[in-house]
Amino acid sequence: MPKPEILDPQGQAVARALPRLGFAGVSDVRQGKHFELEVDDSVDDETLAKIAEGFLSNPVIEDFVVRRVDS
Amino acid sequence: MKIGVVTFPGTLDDVDAARAVTHAGAEAVALWHADADLRGVDAVVVPGGFSYGDYLRAGAIARFAPVMGEVVDAARGGMPILGICNGFQVLCEAGLLPGAMLRNAGLHFVCRDQWLRVDNSATAWTTRFDTGAEILVPVKNIDGRYTASQSTVDELEAEGRVVFRYVGRNPNGSLNDIAGITDPTGRIVGLMPHPEHAIDALTGPSDDGLGLFLSVIDSRVTAA
Repeated sequence: MPKPEILDPQGQAVARALPRLGFAGVSDVRQGKHFELEVDDSVDDETLAKIAEGFLSNPVIEDFVVRRVDS
Repeated sequence: MKIGVVTFPGTLDDVDAARAVTHAGAEAVALWHADADLRGVDAVVVPGGFSYGDYLRAGAIARFAPVMGEVVDAARGGMPILGICNGFQVLCEAGLLPGAMLRNAGLHFVCRDQWLRVDNSATAWTTRFDTGAEILVPVKNIDGRYTASQSTVDELEAEGRVVFRYVGRNPNGSLNDIAGITDPTGRIVGLMPHPEHAIDALTGPSDDGLGLFLSVIDSRVTAA
């Protein structure tokens, strides 16, 4: 996700479109990215954090959360 | 003097960058993304385009190309490096320059001739300009909004490392109207607008952009 202090004009454009479509009550929208990685059990959380921080996100502008889900 | 011009899959402006290098009087050397080889060049231009389709983020995948490992090593050794547009994004992703580029504030792809002010004429790429000179070069991008942490921006401003600033209308909402910056040594410069598209009156809005390429040739002559 873009960091809170980063202006997100794409999210704002979505937020402005919602009332026009008849959806009231949404005060803010932030747009980010979602990656789904299928990994072996050998890939630990530390490695996933490294992938997220060093490649999938740019720490200058984005925060990330890693969530492991069993399939 | 030999100046390398990098080509990634999706690079668009390597031909114009090589033409600018030749026009300035240096020898342009094509550098291929997959070759970890700088072919004996004295400086490198990382040109604009959409390397790797801008997948993930602009410049995010290009920085892992074999040639970039060599560029990063050479840059740390003092070789002058210029990143233009996508090349600027690549240098930021590679950690050679601080900050990042975001989607333009207006969400539009902006393509127009843009006035810039040269705020630092001491870098390897800007000695041919007077400080405060205004130059006209094309800008063309959708992810051109320079941003960095407040502490980084404060540091850039305090050290005079903002090299180019938008004059008049800021095309993308960049912090402090920043169009281009340099590293602490003044040898690595990145900017979003395109000096390589402004080297003669026939093909560009001015020949102002040629000054960057002439400057780096001067720096080589001075060093030698």
